[in-house]
Amino acid sequence: MFDVIILVLDSTLRLSTPLLFACLAGLFSERSGVVDIGLEGKMLGGAFAAGTVAYLTGNPWAGLLAAICISIVLSLIHGFASITNRGNQIVSGVAINFLAAGLSVLLGQAWFGQGGRTPQLEIEARFAPITLPFADSVRDVPFLGPIYADLISGHNILVYAAFLTVPLTWWIVFRTRFGLRLRAVGESPHAVDTAGISVVWLRYRAVIICGALCGFAGAYLAIAQSAGFIKDMSAGKGFIALAALIFAKWRPVSAMFACLLFGFLDAIANLMQGQEVPGIGEVPVQFFQALPYILTVVLLAGFIGRAIPPKNVGVPYVKERT
Amino acid sequence: MTKGQLPNWVEYGVLPAINLIAAFLVSGAVVLLIGENPLEAVKWLVWGALGYGEGVGFTLFYATNFIFTGLAVAVAFHAGLFNIGGEGQAYVGGLGVALACLAMDQYVPWYVTMPFAILGGAAFGAGWALIPGYLQAKRGSHIVITTIMFNFIASSLMVYLLANVLRPQGSMQPSTRGFEEGGQLPLLRHMFPGFDLGQSPVNLALFISLVACVLVWLLIWRTKLGYEIRTFGQNPSAAVYAGISPVRITVITMLISGALAGMMGINEVMGAQARLLLDFTAGYGFVGIAVALMGRGHPIGIILASVLFGMLYQGGAELAFEIPTITRDMIVVIQALVILFAGALEYMFRPAVVAFFNQFAGEKAVA
Repeated sequence: MFDVIILVLDSTLRLSTPLLFACLAGLFSERSGVVDIGLEGKMLGGAFAAGTVAYLTGNPWAGLLAAICISIVLSLIHGFASITNRGNQIVSGVAINFLAAGLSVLLGQAWFGQGGRTPQLEIEARFAPITLPFADSVRDVPFLGPIYADLISGHNILVYAAFLTVPLTWWIVFRTRFGLRLRAVGESPHAVDTAGISVVWLRYRAVIICGALCGFAGAYLAIAQSAGFIKDMSAGKGFIALAALIFAKWRPVSAMFACLLFGFLDAIANLMQGQEVPGIGEVPVQFFQALPYILTVVLLAGFIGRAIPPKNVGVPYVKERT
Repeated sequence: MTKGQLPNWVEYGVLPAINLIAAFLVSGAVVLLIGENPLEAVKWLVWGALGYGEGVGFTLFYATNFIFTGLAVAVAFHAGLFNIGGEGQAYVGGLGVALACLAMDQYVPWYVTMPFAILGGAAFGAGWALIPGYLQAKRGSHIVITTIMFNFIASSLMVYLLANVLRPQGSMQPSTRGFEEGGQLPLLRHMFPGFDLGQSPVNLALFISLVACVLVWLLIWRTKLGYEIRTFGQNPSAAVYAGISPVRITVITMLISGALAGMMGINEVMGAQARLLLDFTAGYGFVGIAVALMGRGHPIGIILASVLFGMLYQGGAELAFEIPTITRDMIVVIQALVILFAGALEYMFRPAVVAFFNQFAGEKAVA
């Protein structure tokens, strides 16, 4: 039983990682007042870039860099539409999602001819699991040993990076001048403008950070979790991340717990496939798959606390009326 | 004409055309990036969509889907609501159509089944849109997020139903049984044998979708409810002062929107497949967003945009056959660019066009 718990928690960590990157990405964007339903697309675009470049160079770091770059480019398109041109941010996000979904498969097929996949990566071209110090020697210690050796140790570097990004995000958003302004611009851009700070530049910086983090999420999918890009491999994770962001009420530490919860549900769903729950019988696996979405709807309806978004999220800033 | 305003033919003709041209130019650049000739690609695309009878039939068949989902998005737009859940509503609507057909197909002819199937699709689609609409109106949860969530919930629900409940005994495929004749809409190629429509599945639902266009036009521009919907969409606080209930308008608009999306099932489930298949919506609900944006929320615009997207879907299939490096995913890219340029970047070219026309108008005033 203990082994099973460790196993489930272990895969919870793995499944939460991409959610966490994307969720924190969305946090930066939405705190600044730019709604981003294009997390999914940026993740997918990043995954394709990572798969392609890691294959061509044989270097995972080059893949990661490419993922970040492509994801930032998509972010800038979103920024150009929603900040500079004051377009509808939802529409722009939808466009980004389709652009990434279409282009990744189209280019993948044209360049590699494997039905939209990128070629299988060698082991050196991926982020390999890291064994933390003493992991093997403490494995036999009862209880704590397996927790350290099997649960905490043995992940790739991006998993650790994701969880380190949580305190970093907290520090940036709540303890730096940039963070204060970031939160202010999402609540009241007019006040920020009156203080002589550029609303446009602030929001652009937020979407660039958002793009970079989505790049990490994409790279994780393609060159850490899997050995290459697969068509539609983000599979709705960007939207689950968005749900987690709402669930966490736009706060970094809560975001981590929300992502862990949704990752846990995913892990449970994999485990429960075809198994009986005592007293209930077989619960359809689709139920667990739908649970994050159902929970988010219930939360949004205000039945578990209240999720209040940044006040000016989704509203384009107009400096002066002409 | 005051400064910053444009004549209607520019606002509704020239500007959308410029946006569309921009989208197609970028698409051409993508084709170049793959290393193919864009003009060659356009040639195959147009020929595949319009060059022969079967192509025309398929173009109209796809267009029928897009008219339904485009109308659904447009009606919600008029009330200032972004219904991104057309995909899920169409999917669940398909279930309503299928249940009507499964119940009646063995006993009555198709024209008896049809009204029930329409009603079933509309009711199920509307039901799926009701909860997001109600939650937005009453509990203030954002409709964009809830409708996205409902798309995923619909997908899980339908997988479960098709794999576990509706699948006939002994069948491995997650789909319902095929409908008998009483559950199939007549195909246009049988109704009008004089026209060459090849083996295309375009069916009576095309005319139902056109009727829906007329009804939506009447509703939005010729009824009290439509006036209230537009008023609420333009200025919700003014609408409240005019005695319009936000809850009532939000819920009713979402019901209509969901019903329209749900009726897409008539074309796919009762018209073409004669069974309920897994993922039969194939993203058509999302195409509705592009169609509604391009058609500027007007039924005539939506019909034109639907035919254009029908051409892209059918022509794109032909294109992928003739030039294998350009897969059908090219359609998704074009769709994305249309949404981007006609939707999110719709104001990008406007200042330049306004400047051009103001200069022109100024010269005329001097002369």
